[in-house]
Amino acid sequence: MSNPETEIRDQGTGTRDAESLQDNRLGSAIFLRAFYGLLLRDLRVLTREFHTFLLRVGMQPLLFLFVFTFILPHMGGGNPMAVAGGVDFGTILLPGLMAVAIMFSGIAAVALPLASEFGITREIDDRVMCPLPLWAVALEKVCFSAMQSIIAALLVIPMAYYVPAAPVRVQVANWFLLALVLVLASLLAGSLGLVIGSTVNPRQIGLVFSIIVIPITFLGCVYYPWASLYKIHWLQIAVLFNPIVYMSEGLRAAVTPGVAHMPWWAILLALFFFTAALARLGLKGFLGRVLS
Amino acid sequence: MNRLIVEFEKLTKIYDSKLRVVAVDGLDLELHQGEIFGLLGPNGAGKTTTISIATTRTLPTSGAVRIKGIDVVKHPAHARRLIGVVPQFNTLDRSLTVFENLYFHCRYFGFSHAAAKSRSMELLQQFLLTERKDVYPAQLSGGLAQRVQIARAIAHRPTVLFLDEPSAGLDPQSRMAMWSAVEGLRKEGITVLLTTHYMEEADTLSDRLAIIDYGRILALGSPEKLKTTFGAKTIFDLKLRSHEGREALCATLQARPDVSSAEVTADGLRVMAASAEGLLPALVEAAAGCGLRDLTMTTPSLETVFIQLTGRDLRE
Repeated sequence: MSNPETEIRDQGTGTRDAESLQDNRLGSAIFLRAFYGLLLRDLRVLTREFHTFLLRVGMQPLLFLFVFTFILPHMGGGNPMAVAGGVDFGTILLPGLMAVAIMFSGIAAVALPLASEFGITREIDDRVMCPLPLWAVALEKVCFSAMQSIIAALLVIPMAYYVPAAPVRVQVANWFLLALVLVLASLLAGSLGLVIGSTVNPRQIGLVFSIIVIPITFLGCVYYPWASLYKIHWLQIAVLFNPIVYMSEGLRAAVTPGVAHMPWWAILLALFFFTAALARLGLKGFLGRVLS
Repeated sequence: MNRLIVEFEKLTKIYDSKLRVVAVDGLDLELHQGEIFGLLGPNGAGKTTTISIATTRTLPTSGAVRIKGIDVVKHPAHARRLIGVVPQFNTLDRSLTVFENLYFHCRYFGFSHAAAKSRSMELLQQFLLTERKDVYPAQLSGGLAQRVQIARAIAHRPTVLFLDEPSAGLDPQSRMAMWSAVEGLRKEGITVLLTTHYMEEADTLSDRLAIIDYGRILALGSPEKLKTTFGAKTIFDLKLRSHEGREALCATLQARPDVSSAEVTADGLRVMAASAEGLLPALVEAAAGCGLRDLTMTTPSLETVFIQLTGRDLRE
């Protein structure tokens, strides 16, 4: 197995060492087991704090649904936020809230732990010393965070079923599309977490929430479909640079296809693009932090 | 000669930012199987950089480090299987208990569940940590945390263990415990490279050591050899009651072939000798006439060697 970690900094090294050549097949098995070991470690930590995980990812969508789809409709006078004629606000909100859940859980699972592990505690050292290329250590973080993101997103569905006053019209026509969007969106969120966690100074992680995370969430077509932005044309174009838009729109296409959404191919293309770009950037930051 | 384990070849690391710093300057060094090797030098001598490069954490500017023939720059992931590291700071996983720190470390290195569990229990016993197996690292004292770190570092049975300033920040008692833990590793045949700026530590633990400053090796050998080669002397400080006869005594002692030099001090005499062998009774006898009331003997130390080599104090 070649070692991309080396390739990044040392292209085309000719000589290989006798022992490592002999160990190559054994080596790839060891890499896989190391990766598995890292996943097990994260799983252990997550299951121990599973209730806090549920609270962390569940509270925001629950409150959102409660306030906007239960309290406001009950107050009468109509829901001022229900903009898409004919469709209940809960139906618009569901995919958006799933996107927010994915996004926040990606950041909480990668950016926050990385920031502290790179910072004062240097806990990352032990995992960096695994018999595993460094990119794989970062990839494990992203994959594990993606798993949490998927759980977080799926958790929103039962809430949307029970909480809103008016029924939410969930209609999954294409399960494959749903799975693909969920996985891609979750990897995207994890990659964004990797970028933030490995490039931002730990002391400024709070600031990042205020100036990056919150704005891209609010402007991420979470509370309204992208199509209804046509009245504010400049904004409709500007938000195309926001990866959250494709997460919300993708889930809209998959979960509530009745609401206007972007074409699925454009969504998938954009999700792929942003995931690849952010993963690359995040990996660069990660390697930069680990190697000197 | 035992098998060659770690090989540093013209290792150089230059930090080229605003201020050009040559941290490691063409370092050549070979470590053999089973030896405990000390890198002794003041802060900023390049010890930590050397260890960082060997443990795949820092890229060298030029030169190479090979562990059992594997180039750590070309094949870092492979090399890491042979490496155990105890870093300068406590890097235990705060989210895991002491047992889990060991257990998951074993899993990272490909151990099965059963093997990882039994290895962890064995290490807990070996390092007297069994009672604390369910404690989280934040609740451990510095000395205990350091012991867990050493246990964790050798859990996957590495070929070579790197200890970076292992006693930094430890109280004397924990330091002794850490020393005996390192001594205990001899039985396992692990090669150990430790850095320190405590000469007692280098002297007590190392089979061989290198004195390093400005990224270069100034002297290399066993602690005894360094002390004799660089002419470190045993120093006898004699406190004398009587002022009379000091000069004569000084001259008599100077004439002895086993005395290198002797000089009169404020409250007596200072005699330096290449060896203490047989000199002590002779000194006592000769000084008795001048009212000898106290005698202090300082054996040659690495610190005196270091001062001689660099003209600087180790703790500057």
